[in-house]
Amino acid sequence: MSALLALAARSAWARRFTLVLTIAAVAVSTLLLLATERLRHDVRQSFSQALSGTDLIVGARGSPTQLLLHTVFHIGQPTQGVSLRRIESIGELPQVAWVVPIALGDSFRGFPVIATDERFMRHVRMGDRQPLRITQGRDIQGPGAEAVIGAQVARRLGLRAGERMTLSHGSGPITEASHDDLPFTIVGVLAPSGSPIDRSVLISLESMHALHAGWVAGVRPVRPQQAASPEAGARPALVSAALVGLHARSAVFSVQRRLHAEREEPLTAALPGVTLDELWQTLGMGETALRLMGAMVALASLAGLVSVILAGLEARRRELAILRSIGASPLSLVALLVAEGTLASLAGIGVGVIGTIVLGLTAAGPLQSHFGIVLGTQAPRMGEWLLLAAILATGMLASLLPAWRAWRLSLADGLSPRS
Amino acid sequence: MLPAQDAPPPDAGSASQGLGTPVVEIADLEFRYGTQDTPLLRLERLEVAAAERLLIVGPSGCGKSTLMSLLAGVLVANRGRVAILGTDWRALSPSDRDRRRGDHVGYLFQQFKLLDCLPVLVIVFLLCRFSARRASRATIRSGSIERDAGHWLEALGFGRARWRQPAGTLSVGEQQRVAAARALIGTPELLLADEPTSALDDARRDEFMSLLLSACERAQSALVLVSHDRELERHFDRGLALGADR
Repeated sequence: MSALLALAARSAWARRFTLVLTIAAVAVSTLLLLATERLRHDVRQSFSQALSGTDLIVGARGSPTQLLLHTVFHIGQPTQGVSLRRIESIGELPQVAWVVPIALGDSFRGFPVIATDERFMRHVRMGDRQPLRITQGRDIQGPGAEAVIGAQVARRLGLRAGERMTLSHGSGPITEASHDDLPFTIVGVLAPSGSPIDRSVLISLESMHALHAGWVAGVRPVRPQQAASPEAGARPALVSAALVGLHARSAVFSVQRRLHAEREEPLTAALPGVTLDELWQTLGMGETALRLMGAMVALASLAGLVSVILAGLEARRRELAILRSIGASPLSLVALLVAEGTLASLAGIGVGVIGTIVLGLTAAGPLQSHFGIVLGTQAPRMGEWLLLAAILATGMLASLLPAWRAWRLSLADGLSPRS
Repeated sequence: MLPAQDAPPPDAGSASQGLGTPVVEIADLEFRYGTQDTPLLRLERLEVAAAERLLIVGPSGCGKSTLMSLLAGVLVANRGRVAILGTDWRALSPSDRDRRRGDHVGYLFQQFKLLDCLPVLVIVFLLCRFSARRASRATIRSGSIERDAGHWLEALGFGRARWRQPAGTLSVGEQQRVAAARALIGTPELLLADEPTSALDDARRDEFMSLLLSACERAQSALVLVSHDRELERHFDRGLALGADR
């Protein structure tokens, strides 16, 4: 046995270039498949974890999807406002642990502004239930004209704590009017979270109210007037929505029913997880495209793998013929080839997995800061193990083909006068 | 990774079979490839006794190599009997033929067919890993298959200094000796040699033939050698001209 193992090892060394090529082909296949699968998974994860730990989003009566799109992703037209008084009263329900009011509608150079209070930083979680963290400066303190900006806002606009900013009325790239009467001071920069918060500016509800003093139906007063002071502490009567956390998730449907039954001020209470999933189903074309791409990558890679192994067989034909002619049984040769194919596949898979992790570590930062996608750098997940098993099975099957050819041809190659 | 050596089969070539059993026995042999109209090979009768030396000569294309393949059980006769140590190849399954070939037949190829990446010593004893019978005989003779490999290399004039060299680094003459040692390890009853001297000049040919014949004598192996070179006749007990009677 040791002589045969030595033979296999020496033969592998003699064919090291081809073998390295085979291992590289498997490694590239593994890397492409894992990276595509991980990207697909993490894009979805980033989307579904855009808001975590929030059990309900409450807004004026309307479509839950629209409410979620506007509140979490700051997309689309704002829904009708809800009275802040009503929002605060939700916090009095025994099942409710916390309520965070948010008011939207303004922006800063295309980035949405979220007016809220200190409860936002305390309760809101992003990604994998990660609290928001300030990397530079501090949180907003008091009702003054202070702003905390998301990581992407800071990076793209090159802003730091201590700088001044002027907000605009309205959202999107074309804004309606400048709030230059009340400049804000950036007091802090948030750490990247892979969520839409990275692209947001946080201010206090009081300063939002002060910005819009004298505005009527979203229109600036004709005669410019001195902006109201946020320090006065007045809050807006209406806010856009509220994020609600419950003591126990099991109560989510009863609270939702209770809010929907509200007659005085009709409300919509959207379940973020369910609505995000529904939204993903609608926007799932991207995922389907990634899946298709993954399948094509898999096909191309595995076809390449089979051809590299077959090319290797051509180089080994003489060796197999000699082994056969000196008495090696066809079964021995099949075992040898399959074992070699399996070992080469395992080596390739190992290199591919390490490559994927290294790629993840290298690309995680740029992906998060440019696209808001949090790419996992952990060991393979269950679905990925299945993919790896499929690659290994293909490698073994691919080596069965040359093994079968070796079985049929090797004796003729070795001994027959007509070969 | 690979299966262990096969259990030794019933020893068709052992002394219990009787001293009178020829090593090779051919009767009414007829062989053609595929749909050939006329047989490539016809041989009415041929017997080779233990330790006998038979030279088969003939021009290219007369069927010498085909006869060697028939003797080795790689090809099977369309008609007639080709038996080694009393057993007709046709009576055996392909796997039994493989086993019997490994156990009783040494084969010296025209192109040597060495595994270039392996050291000389390993090349010689590797065959014993596939044949329990040959391994057992080598061990009985020299104590271990490695020592028996060394014994045959020395018998064929291959210096100990190069036993650990990969075969790919050897000269043609050296490769030929290694191939002969490999064919003789475990003392097979029959050694088939297919044009082994075709690449050698006269002096080296005669030197190699002397070493080969002396090694066959030590192994008590019958030698059947095919060649187109009639100069070799003087080394053999008898000859068979294949092209002559076609």
